[in-house]
Amino acid sequence: MPESVISATALTKTYGGVAAVDSIDFEVAPGESFGLLGPNGAGKSTTMRMVGAVSTRTSGDLTILGLDPEHHGPDIRSQLGVVPQQDNLDMDLRVRDNLLVYGRYFGLPRALVAERADALLEFAQLADRAKSKVDDLSGGMKRRLTIARALINEPRILLLDEPTTGLDPQARHILWDRLFRLKEQGTTLVLTTHYMDEAEQLCDRLVVVDKGRIMAEGSPAQLIREHSSREVLEVRFGSDRNAHVAEQIVGLGERIEVLPDRLLIYSANGEADLVALTERGLHPITSLVRRSSLEDVFLRLTGRSLIE
Amino acid sequence: MTAADTTGRIDREDARRALTAGVAPRRWGSWYVAEHRLLAMKGYVGEAVFQSFGNPLIYLFALGVGLASLVPQGVAGVSYLEFVAPALMATAAMTIAANETTYPVLMGFKWNPTFFGMNAAPLTGGQIVNGIMLAILARMIMTVTIYFGVILAFGAVPSAWGVLAIGSAVLTGMAIGLVLSSYTSTIKDDRGQMAMIQRFGIMPLFLFSGTFFPLEQLPVYLQPIGWISPLWHGAELGRVATYGLEESLWLTVTHVGYLSGIIVVGLWATRRHFVRRLNR
Repeated sequence: MPESVISATALTKTYGGVAAVDSIDFEVAPGESFGLLGPNGAGKSTTMRMVGAVSTRTSGDLTILGLDPEHHGPDIRSQLGVVPQQDNLDMDLRVRDNLLVYGRYFGLPRALVAERADALLEFAQLADRAKSKVDDLSGGMKRRLTIARALINEPRILLLDEPTTGLDPQARHILWDRLFRLKEQGTTLVLTTHYMDEAEQLCDRLVVVDKGRIMAEGSPAQLIREHSSREVLEVRFGSDRNAHVAEQIVGLGERIEVLPDRLLIYSANGEADLVALTERGLHPITSLVRRSSLEDVFLRLTGRSLIE
Repeated sequence: MTAADTTGRIDREDARRALTAGVAPRRWGSWYVAEHRLLAMKGYVGEAVFQSFGNPLIYLFALGVGLASLVPQGVAGVSYLEFVAPALMATAAMTIAANETTYPVLMGFKWNPTFFGMNAAPLTGGQIVNGIMLAILARMIMTVTIYFGVILAFGAVPSAWGVLAIGSAVLTGMAIGLVLSSYTSTIKDDRGQMAMIQRFGIMPLFLFSGTFFPLEQLPVYLQPIGWISPLWHGAELGRVATYGLEESLWLTVTHVGYLSGIIVVGLWATRRHFVRRLNR
């Protein structure tokens, strides 16, 4: 097996005595697409900043490409591409110039940076906006430019912190497509997200994090298999009746989750449970049978929803 | 433990590649930042050059021709224009420093957090500060040199050593810029601190640093403002250069030492604040 490109053991970061990241262990293999899934404040961004070799750990071990970020920060960062949660493109520069100055930070020759900048603008579907002001780009375009910028040094590892937060569905899909291409080319991707569909689309393997700790680890399918049922029946009886109905249907499905607005019945066969429900004389206002998702896994592991 | 640390040598290809790629940014990182900042300044190069010519012309006409007519006897043995010109040069450097180290610093951390982008690349906080200061230095040298040319054209530089006033003005500007940046790099939210700096920092310095009249004209209790003011030290140093102001050698050495000392401490503090803020 090839050596891990990222290896964390008992990795911990505290701020004023409070642990933002609380003794987590994980490994990322070369070419893997690895995700950290969790709600806001789970410690994902702090973990990313430590992996990005900009934030020093409080304790534990961390190596990136076999090097300790505490001693080899600039060397490690020369091999990373970073897409931060908040865009930090230079608004005073034009689109292409943003790529040119950034490429220079890695000590790359001007001619090479110019060549790569043009190729990356094509990749990011921004070639026709090369001379535009950054401010004039849409949110999705800025995100794509940030990704293009992160690729200027042909990184071994691309770190993406909430890459599609705040984008409309169309912009998200374009971005996913671009990231999927990178994955196909063998770039190691590490991303944080609180969108389960994003994690399912892009991650080979992920860890579910909550309150600075890892709750579970595996591929999306594996996590669903281990922590949830095959199907979920969602029924709504009205917010004042949901809890009352839940008591009446004990034994239905494998497990029942009561949310303020609906009941979730975890089962192998949602349709059959819906029939069983109506046979008991219970008629929900709305009903839906769907596949289990990572949202269900998260709910099971933490008792909370991902987006609260 | 790292692949490098455990064995004392690099036993991984990707680690070796990283260490090789890290060499150029470690060595030249500050220049890369300066390159970036100068490119960004290019966006307003027209305004900058116009200001560089316009400012001295306005001041020299108003003070050198207008106000000077009220002091026909001159000041301290030289014409009023000769007296005020080197101080105005240092003031021009101070103005650039104040402009470039207040809002742009907060901007880079907060509104358009480009410093975090630089630091996510191989650049360190210290290199980012160095690069910003190099770019400011370049701009300052350009402006002050133009200022000097205008003063020269006005006939306000009797000494052949006058050109050294460019150096004293730049020293003044950098000292003030680094004091300001060591503070502005700690500001988390703009609650009017920048306006305060302008009103209660830069303005009093401008007025009470022996710019328009010798410091000795002020009541004794106000003179300490001048002694601690980098602008006073810079203006006096400029006067030594442009018209040979007579002062003891130790005082001249004190001016240079004071300004250089502030630069060293200011740079150290600013770098420290940047690193702390970027790498928390």
